[in-house]
Amino acid sequence: MDKHDERFKVANREALIGVGLALINFLWWFGFAYGLGSKPPEEYSYIFGLPAWFFMSCVGGFILMSVLVIFVVNVYFTDVPLEAKDEDIE
Amino acid sequence: MNWAVIIPLLLFIILIFIIGFWANRSIRLSKKDFMQEYFLGGRELGGFILAMTMMATYGSASSFIGGPGVAYTEGLAWVLLAMTQVVTGYFVLTVLGKKFAIKAREYKAVTLTDYLRTRYQSHVVALLAAVSIIIFLFSAMAAQWVGGARLIETVTGIPYTSALFIFAASVLIYVIIGGFRAVALTDAVQGSVMFVGTLILLIATVIAGGGVEEIMQGLTRENPNLITPFGADLTLTPAYVSSFWILVGVAVVGLPQVTLRAMSYKSSKAMHRAIIIGTVVVGFVMLNMHLIGVFARPILPGIEVGDKVMPLIALEVLPGWIAGLVLAAPMAAIMSTVDSLLLLVSSAFVKDIYVTYLKPDASERQVKRMSFGVTAVLGIFVFLMALQPPDLLIWLNLFAFGGLEATFIWPVVLGLYWQKGNKYGAISSMLTGILSYVIVDQFFNQPLGVHSVVLPVLFSFIVYVLVSAGTTQNYTTPVTNPTR
Repeated sequence: MDKHDERFKVANREALIGVGLALINFLWWFGFAYGLGSKPPEEYSYIFGLPAWFFMSCVGGFILMSVLVIFVVNVYFTDVPLEAKDEDIE
Repeated sequence: MNWAVIIPLLLFIILIFIIGFWANRSIRLSKKDFMQEYFLGGRELGGFILAMTMMATYGSASSFIGGPGVAYTEGLAWVLLAMTQVVTGYFVLTVLGKKFAIKAREYKAVTLTDYLRTRYQSHVVALLAAVSIIIFLFSAMAAQWVGGARLIETVTGIPYTSALFIFAASVLIYVIIGGFRAVALTDAVQGSVMFVGTLILLIATVIAGGGVEEIMQGLTRENPNLITPFGADLTLTPAYVSSFWILVGVAVVGLPQVTLRAMSYKSSKAMHRAIIIGTVVVGFVMLNMHLIGVFARPILPGIEVGDKVMPLIALEVLPGWIAGLVLAAPMAAIMSTVDSLLLLVSSAFVKDIYVTYLKPDASERQVKRMSFGVTAVLGIFVFLMALQPPDLLIWLNLFAFGGLEATFIWPVVLGLYWQKGNKYGAISSMLTGILSYVIVDQFFNQPLGVHSVVLPVLFSFIVYVLVSAGTTQNYTTPVTNPTR
């Protein structure tokens, strides 16, 4: 059953990693957007022509997540067979 | 009529047909079970195709035509909102993950309904699932067809009815003959067209606007709110924008068209690649496409109908034939959503109702004939509906997305990871999700300043946990599905 299958341990860990990534993504996105974007527009600073809040939150956040996802998948994700193993079939 | 635009669109449609015929060949040659082949592509999707079909199925007309239109009106705040979708690129496949793929294989599930029926060993759960898929996705699909036909009408000048006919005929042919494999492969082509198309258009728009700085200054001159995260009238609150993390972000895990894809991949390697490609592609396309809408504003001020922003800016900043190629992108977005929904609704009829309940001993030939037939009849039915969409359909479409999320998210996710979750929890959670969504949406517009989907998702979670914890279900021996 579930508990004895090593593959599900791997799957559970990876699901938690997914939730963790989403949390980081949200905090970064929210923090920069409303942290830097809440002042009046005259006081905005700009990065590559875009308001800093937008650049950091949307462009920077996207780049950060891409890098994180590539890293996490390559380092922490494990290959497992998906087909049922013979001894598992009841 | 604008031939420079029509010819690239035609070439695009022809390419899609070739893929459909090729997929049909591989269905006929395959030795595997017909339903697995037709409705799930034989569980053989590789990483690239998986990522693309997820992105394309999900990036529908609403986000592709409507999105840039709203971004045009609201400014950078709407791009911020759209970027909540980056999470879907990795979240769905990591959270449903390998466990879902393994379980689906073990259960021999071909549809989400199959999975739920076997997991909960309950026909009530299965029927609730099949019926909500049929009702909501049918309405969603019809609304998308209207969008597709309108787009052809705007871009080429062909009248609405003929445009609808062209659109319907092209989609129907490749879906009917090619099944899921054709849908996934064409999605990959369509996704690539979206990727390249938005990139070309963004670059051309920036050049036409005299550079990003110039465009930002133009926006600030017109209305400084356009470059804030609060929208043109400062009406987009952080709570409201953040609640899109649920609607178009994490709760997408519950959408049947998305979960289906999470059981269709070949190997864990394919899944790993799809997570990476998916994240990059979703983020890239969403960012570019919505930025185009914002950047279009100083170049073409005063566009009244948001849906026309994308076609008009393409025709403005690009030479005709490239505009045709780029405008194949929104067309691709609509087609790739519609084709998946069509096949999904068809599988709900054929697999979840006909084979499971009406005729379990149907022969392979009968199932084949049913599958082609039901898909065709559904297509024709949607076509007729889209000619003059009835009010009920428009009303149902409003609930399709959030309604399906609130219905399916917990029975799927908790069913996967929480052993104690049972059929009583699932049934009450599904009913709570859908009913509370309709009620909240109709009577309390944006309760607590968040999108209507948030509370129902919360309610259905509480109900699932409480009811499952309070009841015990006695499972008989594991039931396997009738296979052939």
